[in-house]
Amino acid sequence: MKKGLTLEKFEEARAEILRDREIQKTGITICLGTGCHAYKCLEVSQAFKDETERQNLLDVVEVRTTGCHGFCERGPIVVIQPKGIFYQRVQPNDVKEIISKTIKNNEIVDRLLYVDPKTEEKIVYEKEVPFYKKQERIIFGNNGFLDPTDIIDYIALGGYEALSKVLFEMTAEEVISEVKESGLRGRGGAGFITGSKWEICRDVSSDTKYIICNADEGDPGAYMDRSLLEGNPHSVIEGMIIGAYAIGALDGYIYVRKEYPLAVKNVMIALDQARKLGLLGESILGSEFHFDIHVVQGAGAFVSGEETSLMASIEGRRAFPRQRPPFPAQKGLWGKPTNINNVETWANIPYIIKNGAEWYSSIGTRKSKGTKIFSLVGKINNTGLVEVPMGITLREIIYDIGGGIKNNKKYKAVQTGGPSGGCIPAEMLDLPIDFETLTKAGSIMGSGGMIVMDEDTCMVDVARYFLDFTQDESCGKCVPCRMGNLQMVEILTRITEGKGEEGDIERLEDLAKTVKEGSLCGLGQTAPNPVLTSIRYFRDEYEAHIKRKSCPALVCKNLIAYYIEPEKCVGCLLCLKNCPSEAISGERKEVHVIEQDLCIKCGACFDVCPPKVLAVSKLTGKKKEKILKRRK
Amino acid sequence: MSTEIEKILEECGRNQKELIHILHRVQAEYAHISPQAISRISKHLNISESEIYGVLTFYRAFSLKPRGKHLVTVCTGTACHVRGAPMIVDELKRELNVGVGNTTEDNLFTLEAVNCLGACALGPIVVIDGEYHGQMKISEVDRLLEKFDPEKEKKAKK
Repeated sequence: MKKGLTLEKFEEARAEILRDREIQKTGITICLGTGCHAYKCLEVSQAFKDETERQNLLDVVEVRTTGCHGFCERGPIVVIQPKGIFYQRVQPNDVKEIISKTIKNNEIVDRLLYVDPKTEEKIVYEKEVPFYKKQERIIFGNNGFLDPTDIIDYIALGGYEALSKVLFEMTAEEVISEVKESGLRGRGGAGFITGSKWEICRDVSSDTKYIICNADEGDPGAYMDRSLLEGNPHSVIEGMIIGAYAIGALDGYIYVRKEYPLAVKNVMIALDQARKLGLLGESILGSEFHFDIHVVQGAGAFVSGEETSLMASIEGRRAFPRQRPPFPAQKGLWGKPTNINNVETWANIPYIIKNGAEWYSSIGTRKSKGTKIFSLVGKINNTGLVEVPMGITLREIIYDIGGGIKNNKKYKAVQTGGPSGGCIPAEMLDLPIDFETLTKAGSIMGSGGMIVMDEDTCMVDVARYFLDFTQDESCGKCVPCRMGNLQMVEILTRITEGKGEEGDIERLEDLAKTVKEGSLCGLGQTAPNPVLTSIRYFRDEYEAHIKRKSCPALVCKNLIAYYIEPEKCVGCLLCLKNCPSEAISGERKEVHVIEQDLCIKCGACFDVCPPKVLAVSKLTGKKKEKILKRRK
Repeated sequence: MSTEIEKILEECGRNQKELIHILHRVQAEYAHISPQAISRISKHLNISESEIYGVLTFYRAFSLKPRGKHLVTVCTGTACHVRGAPMIVDELKRELNVGVGNTTEDNLFTLEAVNCLGACALGPIVVIDGEYHGQMKISEVDRLLEKFDPEKEKKAKK
């Protein structure tokens, strides 16, 4: 069998790579994350490649496509290295100008710079953009510098150094104690101490052990794991090899969601390259240690993110969870001891080994160490992925990094932890974020989704949305989750339809308690959280729906009516033409009127009414009754 | 059909852990998984047809009925939800006259909802045949669909 490089040869290769890199070329890095993909960044990168070739610049300029930079709101993103000049919303026809001005003449293309909405100042360098300023990008930082499909880039940035340190200078016990001392806790949601989890699995005696990387990132609104796998797959792979060495596993699996095709592709390429260099397979770097990683693609079931379901899915069965104990560390994949960590947890490992437990534990709070990547989405100005030290406040994330709420609306809540988490209201914006504080607030850290909601978001509707989600994704094995969640959705739907009854809130609370206590796996045990926190902090909204049949956020279809304000309408016919149910009548330059009986409340009129006019409004509750009665 | 499926099975082992992988490949090849395919996979892996049926109906990625020519996927993730995705779903349902998960009578469109595409900055998002259409508005839905419907496009041009 053909063997890969030994440690000596590997270090020689690294030295050579670094020598090559010393010749400083100007680098044009183009973000190729899924967000930028959707903004058609491929055309931009092709334009750069064509133009550099056309102008014979290949010797001095390198065009590099990288993983996600995180600032998805401003895609496609182009950064000119080594200076770090930051261009945003770049289009293919901007390419010529960037090359002739910035690359050839060191001039800045003003119109492509990011403008700080607070100061209206134009910002030239990436690190000075407020979105990046308060972040501490340890795990995510290299994404912008490396081509994920080229292992050389990763090695040039110090990649696989931690692995050689572990293989040749540390015993398995030492690795475990280092990880334990760092205080790293699982980033998949529950926050169990990673080192202790490894130790339990290591201490079980068995001829075969497995490790798994959980990349079934199912929480809607969370996509940091995908960006890591897409943008820096080797950091995850290196973490897994180190973990396998510590635990004594011979095989590893990466279980990736099927919705992430680019992640699968990049991981496959990375594994292949690692194998060729002898970083995976038999006698890794010439040591006695053998280990390999396989990729398994999910098939679109949210519950397969739960560890016991995930293992069932790898085995080729329905993703049903099972009772624990026995825990996976005792009886996991095919009945063998198995250790499961999520993508971000694995990606932390190389940095901990390289820089030491002491360095790592100096970041964060007393009980939650290190950084956490959050996906900041929803009604926020700067949508994107942010990596921040544990203990930062919500206010800093939302206002300093996130740039505040879209369209200057009022902040209402942030939802953390996806369908298992809860909503955090404005009073708690100064809450320092870590595992404990979020749990105390009724939510959870979860995978790190942060969905920002403003005054136009109805909390009852959001609770219904999440319950509808978990109810739909419930595998149906245990009764509390299968039936309890369904009952809750029915009650919530009734409330949003204006058919809520006195006592519904109490019924919801009662059901929530049963589902939480009686469900078999994490899906059911946490499913009621969105309902419970929204009742806890936004009870008045529930009461408005039930008692006054009104939706204060003007979202719930059955409780609102669209109405054209006669004093504002200019009679432009736009809404009339766009109305699919022909419910609007009127002539040019005359006030239009919505026939309420015909209106299907699709919102098209509200949508098309010109910003200068804004004659279409939504009404609810008493105001709705009053105005509509008057019209009749 | 038999040659392609034989080729797929030949490349995959006979262990149950191959099942989901095989289903993925058959689905990609035929846009659905037919009773004949189930029977063939059952023989190959030596597991019962009912078990295969159980697995394939458990996961959203597989379908028993062929999908339409164009796949319309609408993201209903949380970020898209708070930005108005439910109204986009309603509009698509109305325009196409099918429910989520179904195919139009002329086999032109299949409408599907997905929990999150992770492109939250662009929400609400509609993806047609892999191409992303971000920041969708209710009033833009019909025009978007017209591009994929030869008859409607003709009418619109008139």
